[in-house]
Amino acid sequence: MGPEVDTPGTSAPPSAARSAPEPQRGPAPSVLRSLLRTREASVLGALAVSVLAASFMVEGFATGRNAGFLVLDVAAIALIALPMTLVVITGEIDLSVASTLGLTSAVMGQLWVLGLPLETIVPLCVLFGALLGALNGVLVTVAGLPSLAVTIGTMAMYRGLAYAVLGDRAVADFPFTWTGGATSRLPGTDIPWIAVLILVLAALFGLLLHATPIGRSLYAIGNNDEATRFSGISVRWTKLWLFVASGTVAAGAGVFWTLQYGSARADNAYGLELSVVAAVLLGGVSIFGGRGALPGVLAGVLLLGTIRNALMLADVSSDVLDIVTGLLLVVSVVLPTTLARVRERRPRPAPPS
Amino acid sequence: MSGPDETGAPAAGGAAQTSPPPAAPGPAQETREEHGGGVRTGRRIRQARELGILLALVLLVAVTALVNPGFLSGQSVRDLLLGATLLTILAVGQSMVLITRSVDLSVGSVMGLSAFAVGMMFVSFPGLPTPVVMAAGVLVGTVCGVVNGVLVAAARVPALVVTLGTLYMFRGIDFWWASGRQINAADMPDGFLGLSRVTLLGMPLPAVVALAVVLAAGWYLRNYRSGRELYAVGSEPAAARLVGIPVDRRVFMPFVANGSLAGLAGVLYASRFGTLDATVGTGLELEVVAAAVVGGVAIFGGSGTVYGAALGALLLSTIDAALPMLQVGSFWQQAVVGLLILVSIGLDRLLALRAARRLRGGGTRGA
Repeated sequence: MGPEVDTPGTSAPPSAARSAPEPQRGPAPSVLRSLLRTREASVLGALAVSVLAASFMVEGFATGRNAGFLVLDVAAIALIALPMTLVVITGEIDLSVASTLGLTSAVMGQLWVLGLPLETIVPLCVLFGALLGALNGVLVTVAGLPSLAVTIGTMAMYRGLAYAVLGDRAVADFPFTWTGGATSRLPGTDIPWIAVLILVLAALFGLLLHATPIGRSLYAIGNNDEATRFSGISVRWTKLWLFVASGTVAAGAGVFWTLQYGSARADNAYGLELSVVAAVLLGGVSIFGGRGALPGVLAGVLLLGTIRNALMLADVSSDVLDIVTGLLLVVSVVLPTTLARVRERRPRPAPPS
Repeated sequence: MSGPDETGAPAAGGAAQTSPPPAAPGPAQETREEHGGGVRTGRRIRQARELGILLALVLLVAVTALVNPGFLSGQSVRDLLLGATLLTILAVGQSMVLITRSVDLSVGSVMGLSAFAVGMMFVSFPGLPTPVVMAAGVLVGTVCGVVNGVLVAAARVPALVVTLGTLYMFRGIDFWWASGRQINAADMPDGFLGLSRVTLLGMPLPAVVALAVVLAAGWYLRNYRSGRELYAVGSEPAAARLVGIPVDRRVFMPFVANGSLAGLAGVLYASRFGTLDATVGTGLELEVVAAAVVGGVAIFGGSGTVYGAALGALLLSTIDAALPMLQVGSFWQQAVVGLLILVSIGLDRLLALRAARRLRGGGTRGA
């Protein structure tokens, strides 16, 4: 597809795409400079700055114990953000993830009440999530409906079904070996094991996105799905599988969430979809599709998590966090567009003078 | 409407039965229509779409009233209308934004901020006359709308991203301002709190306000040049720009209007419920979008009417009120709403395909 050679982990392709509209900039920028100019670099930079600032200014931030809590706090968002990145890159969106999480949690609680062993319940729940994702996928691909509207609908429906399954009860008598196990740390460290799972999944999704033909086709779909279809890629199947992946991971996150907090409730993770989308967009993925990279999204998730964690340790009330999240999101999209327009405008007055 | 023989169908099924009306007028009329071109066919289908929601609404009310006659008592209807007021006003504003191919996710936060601002003004300046405070509440919403509009139209940033950002910002400002405080009915004058008990022609005053908003917006979108241009911008922004429509201004205006309407909804909320904290309107944004979508407003712009959106809002509120009366657990309510959204967008898709096929068959417009 693209002329550039793909190396996993680098964010070169999006940068190439970005600098494309301004080829008249004189000498070709060095690879390093073009890397630094990417969106991912600025998110990573912001992450580094905020981690450094928090370590120096907030007491108790730079401890292994706190890092463990930070990872647990962002675990669900990080997990769901991985498939969401791929979905948004194809120009679609899945707003039903938090409801899928809630419904999985409710089903898990109900099955436990019915007396099934957790060894059976967990795979069943993940499978169930795949089905929920497949329903989204079928509505989007087969019926040809806009994913924004479809997933607003299934968001309401899945959350409603979660209430229908569990009502306003909470199931909280899961065995401690499981609930404690969910938050247990790797032996000898403060890092919870879920971090390993997140890293493995991130590597898988990252390789898929940045190092395989399938990954390249996702960018192609996001840029122009009709042209991609004519070039022989099955857009429908690709999108369908992405929604299935999204549902599956959301269900997995639901299982983890339930065990982590030791409580299955229908309103678990209410409103989480917006946090996930915010993290993905902050990480430099374009809402119109066709642009973005997984490392940037992980940085976006961690950036939001770090700020939340540091503000909480510094005893700043959580409402400031909302303002910061919103500001970050708005600035992160307004700044590049405005800069690009200013840059575009600057050469024009030059010729007359 | 071919109503009575179709009773007994559930609400969602009722919506699905809109397919007959567009086909109903028969072949004779169809030949006449073909010369009229696509506009009239399009309008007819849209009207059918709104009739469908109305039909579903009538069916739902009829079935509920049969099961539980108390549903149509004066007080119950008044409660229903009051309950639908806020959602209707918000859905009207949202439709104008959606028609231009944008979306405003921050409405819930704007409404909450405006409601809290109203309460705070009564607390801080007890001497202020009520109309001034109400105007100030609307103004708060307008300012929020201007912020959204400037970011979307001037900075040309996708509306979904911007309004997701301002959703958090406005809510954060609300929390920061409230800092855990709650404003109670005792802090507000009785004249203000009694507004929802005032009736005009048998309808509660807020419902009259909502009706006026719907009619005014509907009239504007249908009969004013700038109103028609909103549809042009939403169907194809690039083409609209080439035709000479000031696209940025047409995108900006609905955000301001929507902000003002969200402000108005905040004022009405404060007047009706009297208890205000920083969580007012949380999560409302998606319900508002849902009401508009159920009402036939396309999520990608260019089609739909505010009448449809208002009917959608009324239908969602009626479902809320009817389910408990039908002995359906209130826990099912959200699931039904979700299903209804899916059915209505599926139906829109079906109608659009049918219209496209008919237009192609009629040969009035090139492919």
